[in-house]
Amino acid sequence: MDSVWTLLSFGPKGWSDDIAYGVLVTISLALATLPIGLVIGFFVAVAKQSSEPSLRMAGNVYTTIFRGLPELLTLFVVFYGGQIAVGQIIRFFSPGTVVEINSFVAGMIALGVVFSSYCSEVFLSAFRAIPAGQYEGGYAIGLSKGQTMRLVVLPQLIRIALPGLANLWLNLLKDTALVSAIGLPDTLRQAGIAARVTKEAFLFFGVACLVFLVLAMISSVGIHAIERKVGSSGVTR
Amino acid sequence: MSVAENLASQVERPPELRRQWTRGRILGHALVGLWILLGIGLVTYLFGAWNPALFERYLPLYWSGLQVTLALVGASMVIGALLSVPIAYARMSSNRLLNSLAYAYVYFFRGTPLLAQTFLVYYGLGSFRAELDAVGLWTFFRDAWYCGVFAFSLNTAAYQAEILRGAIESVPRGQWEGAESLGLHRLQTMWKVILPQAMIVALRPYGNEFILMVKASAIVAIITVYDLMGETRRAYAQTFDFQTYIWAGLIYLSIVEALRHFVDWVERRITVHLKR
Amino acid sequence: MLGMKRVTLAVSAAALALVLSGATSQAQTALKIGTEGAYPPFNNLTADGQLVGFDIDIANALCEEMKVTCEFVTQDWDGIIPALQAGKFDAIIASMSITPERAEKVDFTGKYYNTPPAIAAPKDSTLTGVSKEDLAGKIVGVQGSTTHFNYSTATYTDSEIKSYPTAQEYQLDLANGRLDAVNDDISVLEEWLSTPEGECCKLIGPVQSVDSIHGPGAGIAVRKGETELRDKLDAAIKAIRANGKYKEINDKYFSFDVYGG
Repeated sequence: MDSVWTLLSFGPKGWSDDIAYGVLVTISLALATLPIGLVIGFFVAVAKQSSEPSLRMAGNVYTTIFRGLPELLTLFVVFYGGQIAVGQIIRFFSPGTVVEINSFVAGMIALGVVFSSYCSEVFLSAFRAIPAGQYEGGYAIGLSKGQTMRLVVLPQLIRIALPGLANLWLNLLKDTALVSAIGLPDTLRQAGIAARVTKEAFLFFGVACLVFLVLAMISSVGIHAIERKVGSSGVTR
Repeated sequence: MSVAENLASQVERPPELRRQWTRGRILGHALVGLWILLGIGLVTYLFGAWNPALFERYLPLYWSGLQVTLALVGASMVIGALLSVPIAYARMSSNRLLNSLAYAYVYFFRGTPLLAQTFLVYYGLGSFRAELDAVGLWTFFRDAWYCGVFAFSLNTAAYQAEILRGAIESVPRGQWEGAESLGLHRLQTMWKVILPQAMIVALRPYGNEFILMVKASAIVAIITVYDLMGETRRAYAQTFDFQTYIWAGLIYLSIVEALRHFVDWVERRITVHLKR
Repeated sequence: MLGMKRVTLAVSAAALALVLSGATSQAQTALKIGTEGAYPPFNNLTADGQLVGFDIDIANALCEEMKVTCEFVTQDWDGIIPALQAGKFDAIIASMSITPERAEKVDFTGKYYNTPPAIAAPKDSTLTGVSKEDLAGKIVGVQGSTTHFNYSTATYTDSEIKSYPTAQEYQLDLANGRLDAVNDDISVLEEWLSTPEGECCKLIGPVQSVDSIHGPGAGIAVRKGETELRDKLDAAIKAIRANGKYKEINDKYFSFDVYGG
């Protein structure tokens, strides 16, 4: 039996290099999902606070579905179902080409829609916290609708939504662990392989938990930095 | 026919405001149309894939899977609620050691994925069979369902402790002071004055936590428990028929929606006195 | 601004990933082969990420025979047929048994080997046989989505059947004592029992294979309707059987003829 330190080394008998690769996958998946989730979430929130009932309805259906399905199920549906559906559409238009939804893209899409549906709620309540006077003020000084949104509302919106978004980011980081179930070699899957091969399950799943804890701590530091920055610019205005 | 009615029908009304087809309205209708199309697509797909033999074989299995899911979530929520009380107490205590222990507990369980925690319990503790056997705990950890309940309870206890703490701290200090001036002791105050008010605040977060647990429970399928998700995976593996996943999705969606509306209904009932 | 830049970077990286995965239509001379990589001695990943095993050697021999290069893709077992249908690879060479249910979704070549299933149990087990009665009340572990899973659920109706994503997980649980027995291919079980991890356990005996469940053996799966590829593979199997290459690979892994009668 190799000692714990050999198993945790970076050498050929150690598993740290494999787990480090998994950590890289986890981080890149979370970072790649974040912008998708934020953008979709923002537009869904805009739709849900619109005066147009049909837009509100479309937004509500979206959040109802993706907040109601288990993340794991969404992931399977995108990974297997999406692959079959996309394959059939492509084959219909141009037979012969192959488009594959690999597990990274499937994870990005599935986690992105889940993130965006929660994110839209955060944005929505932030929207509601911004008084109508802000819009009216914007229009009064001759800004267009888009300009008012971009220059007046959005900066305030982000500041109000930031704590909620920070929470969602931490959830996203944890949810990436689910992609291990569709074969993406993320932190948890790499740890799982190490656990299976070495039969040191407690050690390696413990390591995986620690990795996520460290990621959460680093995120908290980053979030505090952003909050300070955004907050101070608010005071000096 | 009376004169008054005659008059009323003759009054000219202002022309109705023409609703303009603004960009937003067009987009909204297009999106709703898209959802309707997707819905119709889903129904036609399920209709086309309708297979009585499949239902006969898998309906009882799905039903038992649903029961496993609900039992698992129910047990975990109750045990988690019991565990959350001392944790929340420690979190609010002025004792540094107690406080930091509780903080570490909450931080660990909220900072790591539930899937990793479940693996840690199931496969991780599994490698300590001899030690667990010696203290007589192996029969408990041998069973995947118990392992699931164990991991889920510890996890939800951390979240519920935070909900409880937040709700209790949301009750203004004046309530404590008022109760004290009436001569109630601390436990009475907590039970009769603070908790009823805190529970109104906590209801929605508790409801959300319940919903999150229902959704998260799908992961026990990976540690060999045949919950709803486990039955779904089994059915898919045996039939390669994608509708197995669609049905599971519909079932989960209905549970979550039912729970959400139930929480809304309870909240409306218990906040009647706050409405003016 | 830094944040913005990072976001743009991430978006372009994601877009690139989409484009890359979208644009790869395979070259004519490469055959993409899907395998599991968790089923020693047939297919397995080594610690440094190399695919090894009987399936892999056979695949390489077939590719050589067909004058193409093999490109291997590893894929989790329970998603291997959907992945084939979706075009992630062109053929599955992963010890997949030829069964009627699978044949509805994919086309199979003839068998390239056939070994019987078997039952293994902990060393201190009192199990003496592999019948339904012997295993009544026991907990039996199998890999999910396999013929062994189907056989166990159909046969051992008085036992509790637990399914695992890969063989390694049931091995872990059998060693832990969560399982009373496991059911899998005899070669896979024997390979595991010969390793230090398999010291906990012993082979109880082979299971009489049932044609309607286990089928005629392991075949190569291709997408439905791709008969040209299937015929080529069939011809290549015949060729390596005839020219001694098959026997060479067979003897590298087994002391008996795995092709079966």
